[in-house]
Amino acid sequence: MSFNILSWLVWLPVAGAITILFVPRDKADIIKWVAAGFTGLQVILTVVLWMNFNKDHVGFQFMEKASWIPSFNISYMLGVDGLSIPMVVLTALLSFLCIFVSWKIDKAPKGYFSLFLLLDAGMMGVFLALDFFLFYIFWEVMLLPMYFLIGMWGGPQREYAAIKFFLYTLFGSVLMLIAILALYFSCGRTFNMIELVEIAPTALGTLSWWGFSGLKVVWLLLFIGFAIKVPIFPFHTWLPLAHVEAPTAVSVILAGVLLKMGAYGMLRINFPMIPDGTVWFAGALAVLALINVIWGALCALAQTDLKKMVAYSSINHMGYVMLGMAAVVASGTQHGSNSAAAQLGMNGAVLQMFNHGTITAMLFILVGVVYDRTHHRNIDGFGGLASKTPIYAGVVALAWFAGLGLPGLSGFISEAMCFLGAFPVYRTIVMISTLGILLNAAYFLWSYQRIFLGKLNEKYANLEEINGRELFTLVPLAILVILLGVYPSPMIDVMKTTMAHIVELVQVSPLLNVN
Amino acid sequence: MINYGIAILLLPLAAFVTQIFVGKRLPRNGDWVSIGAVTITFCLSLAMFGVMLVKYDPDFVIDEAWQWFDLGSLTVHLGILIDNVTVVMLLVVSLVSTLVHVYSTSYMEGDPRYSRYFAFLSLFTFSMNGIVLANNLLGIYMFWELVGLSSYLLIGFWFEKNSASDAAKKAFLVNRVGDIGMFIGIMLFFTSTGSFLFSDVFAGVESGLFSTEILTIAGLCLFAGAIGKSAQFPLHVWLPDAMEGPTPVSALIHAATMVAAGVYFSFRLFPIFTPTALIVIAYIGGFTAIFASIIAVTQNDIKKVLAYSTVSQLGYMILAVGAGAYTYGLFHLVTHAAFKAGLFLCSGSVIHAMHHAYHELHDHESDPQDMRNMGGMKDKMRTTYLTMLICTVALAGVPFTSGFLSKDAVLAGTLSLTMHHPEHFLLVVFGFGAALLTAFYMFRLVFMTFYGEPTRREVYDHIHESPSPMTAPLVTLATLSFFLFFTLPNLNPFSDHGWFTTLIQAKDSVVPGHLNPTAHEIAEGMHHAHTPAMILSILIAFGGIGLAILMYLQKKISADDMAARLALPYKLSLNKFFVDETYQRYLINPSLAFSKVVAFLDWELYDKYVINGLGKVTEWFSRVVGIRWDYNVLDQQIVDGVGRSTRFFGAGLKFVQTGKVQNYLVWVLVGVIMIYVFQAVS
Amino acid sequence: MVGLNTYLIIGAILFSLGMFGVITRRNGVAVLMGVELILNAANVNFVAFARFGGMDFTGHVFSLFVIILAAAEAAVALAIILNIFNSLGTVNIDEANQLKQ
Repeated sequence: MSFNILSWLVWLPVAGAITILFVPRDKADIIKWVAAGFTGLQVILTVVLWMNFNKDHVGFQFMEKASWIPSFNISYMLGVDGLSIPMVVLTALLSFLCIFVSWKIDKAPKGYFSLFLLLDAGMMGVFLALDFFLFYIFWEVMLLPMYFLIGMWGGPQREYAAIKFFLYTLFGSVLMLIAILALYFSCGRTFNMIELVEIAPTALGTLSWWGFSGLKVVWLLLFIGFAIKVPIFPFHTWLPLAHVEAPTAVSVILAGVLLKMGAYGMLRINFPMIPDGTVWFAGALAVLALINVIWGALCALAQTDLKKMVAYSSINHMGYVMLGMAAVVASGTQHGSNSAAAQLGMNGAVLQMFNHGTITAMLFILVGVVYDRTHHRNIDGFGGLASKTPIYAGVVALAWFAGLGLPGLSGFISEAMCFLGAFPVYRTIVMISTLGILLNAAYFLWSYQRIFLGKLNEKYANLEEINGRELFTLVPLAILVILLGVYPSPMIDVMKTTMAHIVELVQVSPLLNVN
Repeated sequence: MINYGIAILLLPLAAFVTQIFVGKRLPRNGDWVSIGAVTITFCLSLAMFGVMLVKYDPDFVIDEAWQWFDLGSLTVHLGILIDNVTVVMLLVVSLVSTLVHVYSTSYMEGDPRYSRYFAFLSLFTFSMNGIVLANNLLGIYMFWELVGLSSYLLIGFWFEKNSASDAAKKAFLVNRVGDIGMFIGIMLFFTSTGSFLFSDVFAGVESGLFSTEILTIAGLCLFAGAIGKSAQFPLHVWLPDAMEGPTPVSALIHAATMVAAGVYFSFRLFPIFTPTALIVIAYIGGFTAIFASIIAVTQNDIKKVLAYSTVSQLGYMILAVGAGAYTYGLFHLVTHAAFKAGLFLCSGSVIHAMHHAYHELHDHESDPQDMRNMGGMKDKMRTTYLTMLICTVALAGVPFTSGFLSKDAVLAGTLSLTMHHPEHFLLVVFGFGAALLTAFYMFRLVFMTFYGEPTRREVYDHIHESPSPMTAPLVTLATLSFFLFFTLPNLNPFSDHGWFTTLIQAKDSVVPGHLNPTAHEIAEGMHHAHTPAMILSILIAFGGIGLAILMYLQKKISADDMAARLALPYKLSLNKFFVDETYQRYLINPSLAFSKVVAFLDWELYDKYVINGLGKVTEWFSRVVGIRWDYNVLDQQIVDGVGRSTRFFGAGLKFVQTGKVQNYLVWVLVGVIMIYVFQAVS
Repeated sequence: MVGLNTYLIIGAILFSLGMFGVITRRNGVAVLMGVELILNAANVNFVAFARFGGMDFTGHVFSLFVIILAAAEAAVALAIILNIFNSLGTVNIDEANQLKQ
């Protein structure tokens, strides 16, 4: 293939960032349009990628491979499959929209937008890298711009939030690095993920460190590294703080894309490479998912800060993803050989990742809209805004209802798939976690009532209606939310082959087929 | 037919979309878009109904499913089911919907969000048709939640009122409680059958995929959805509050159609209910019927009375399902839809008149819905009065009305059940008790509103009959309250035989093991119970009416006296048995407090102390390592120690360092000589 | 018979003289001359070893090399000394101690 579309996807934002560095500092408009141009191009490329993607192909497509550090067997290797393509689309779309969300940034726009593009490149790289070392590098690359974006353009507690975010995630990265090295040395010194998937399931089996099964240790190290990103209880407290302090666009990226990386990492690495560990831990994963769902929802219910509420709703929603992922064991004989349930759960999990990305992006953008006008986010400090800003209230209602899983909007179908997939294996856990959808509705409706319904708060008698630029950032997301809610097939068709393959890979675990 | 079904489903949706986006810019705020859409829907339903009558086939069914998504190992289908029940339901929904649309043009005139109102009505019609047409559990669940959404939007339509927005939220959340149960039920069925389609689920049940216990639980879980939507005890609390919405909405959604969805759903699911499940259902229905009618007796808000009456009547329908007379539950649903919608629209007409009267008097304090402020309005509002009277008579179950036939059948079913299982005698008590109270409170309502002396003369003087867009639907619905429309071609007012009973026939239960009586056995039992039930119900209806006449028309018995004598029941009834308060105190407040505790634990304790504590420990440790060990010991003592000792030696040796090359050379020479000597010696 | 030892002794004497000059003289030019003597002592040794020690022409070549090097060195060193004289007014190397101060 002469046109290396994946490399273009990864390096285009870098090129954009460099271009921005050459634009004079005071030409803010040019900087923004350059950023918009490059991310827009990226969106077009992802559309091209989507069009040319072969849905029935098992394994990676558009592969690129070049030797990089041959002495350590490290190569520059990119590829895309049904698991990563929804994430790639999501990343490109959200990055593009976020440029417009950040249009009003006037503090050092040059730095902001170049860092933003760098962040974009890092995220793209994580989803496309097939070499473990490259994966790790992109993982870290993305951390740095995030740190500065929160720390410099954030809210009043930005330094604290940035440091906390950075240290927390770095802690996870370090654990992940240990696991990567363990895999590297135990699997014949390779970082190649495709090879690792073949070698690791057997190579790790005999590994033992000081009496601990090496397999479980590696699985847990990877898991904690990814769990911090998801975030899974009890590694979640960096999230509300970082979300609240970050500027709107960064919150959108944080919740929309970064959280997905954790789940993506588990699906890409933990599940196929260490199926025994996956089977061993699946029950605990379901329990953690339940805690995430209930805990996140309860915390969201109690919040008075709107953005914090939305942040906790992310914890709640990512719980459904975990629940769907835990369903993977349903395919083994031990759990009734229900491979349909396993696939339902796994597809549901990825679909939920994508849907949560779009929905939560809408939520954060909408919070940003009202914050820009009123300069506070206290839920009780509004009141009756619906009569003043009907369009805004309508869009918020759409996003809010999508968030509480209303049928016909995309959140519902993916949540339902996660539940249905996990149900045959974890009956009680799923039953309890359905309480989450009640609490979901409670906190969304209650906050909606306090902000938009009732008598108009006189303070906001002159509140401006949502403007064209803001609507422009919301409409594509809203269309996706409705489209996938009514007809999820296009997305499911793209990923089902890959998900079936991952289920198969996990299913080889002998632990799963003990009678 | 299938195309008709799709058109019926999509037309209101199209109207909704049009209204939301361009409604405000259209002439007349686009109400004609919605009205046009539902009218066409009604015509299509009528056409289907015509086809159904021409075919006159009880087994007529079209069941078509399309693939929704495909996972390879699993394909999920959704589709449309059209049988006689669907057609009847579609006709009911589209008829009431059309009438309410027309009525609303006048009722909602001048409202700032007029076009939005019609958009929501269309959304509701779309979702309701979706429930009726769906041939699968998931589809029903989806539209189930969508009617919940439209209900939320319409209850909270006047969201500036806090009570309205509270009621809207409450309705949605209480329904969600039921929906969770329903979803668990769907999961239970789906897990074993791998399909959402009714046909597959029924086939699975019939083939013995489920044990009786699981089937009972799963059936009751599904029924939980109906408890929520049809406002059965203990989830009935949302419906009376839902009266905060505009009255036409109450008529359409909270009386005729949406709340009946639960009954419709139970009707569809009847074949898979086990005997245990059915008994539970019967008790829930029966208890709700009597419970709500007791509350209705003491309410003073005209819409609250009707709301509790609706709850009670829905209880009847559920009771019928539980008793096995489930086709008669549906029959009651259909007849009830007409006269209850009529009652609500009549009350809307009264409220509208009161509201305008207050408006003209610049009185913004008084409650236009309080019956104590009304009285004697029969002379001012002739049409409203007459239509309301007809509907009331129908609801009370007086012969020659549709309500008489359907309620009688429900009571016959209950009586038949008790005859076979005398231990369930309470159900009969509930059924007939509710019938007595219904007749009583309905006539109390009529007498308080339309008879007697007006409480405030000046208000009375400003009362006017409502305009024709409002009265025309009233007349239509009142007309439909006569028995004739439901028994054609049969003309016997005391028998329910007619097109309905012919076309909609009970099916046998698919629960394996013949645990339930067959449809034939149930019909047989009802046949025996029919005559006693009819005689009893006529007596009871007239008894209730008579009591109301004595107390509220002739005032022979003082209502206040009665209230004083029955202080405790009166207080309980007036305060709705304190159910709301109990929920508030023992469920909602603790939950909110618990959420605060969790948030506190999460943010103030866990994050601040554990996570930040870990950071603090690391910091402390780094301080110890960095300052005490690294700086004080390693750097200051060891590293600097090396330096210091060097300096010490340097101070001694610096005299050797003259800086003169020649001196160094001497030392070099000395060194060389020493090496030489050393070598020579060794 | 003039053997290797004779040459070596001459070389040693030359070296010692040169060393003495380098160590004791204060005059920069004299020090330079001492260095030249040392170099030449080395040359004598090279040639002697070439003749008696089996180094063949390598010794000769090296001594030639050293002579050239010495010439170059002398040129550079004299230039330095000239510069020192120009700036300090003396060729006494003990006084050229600016770096030390």
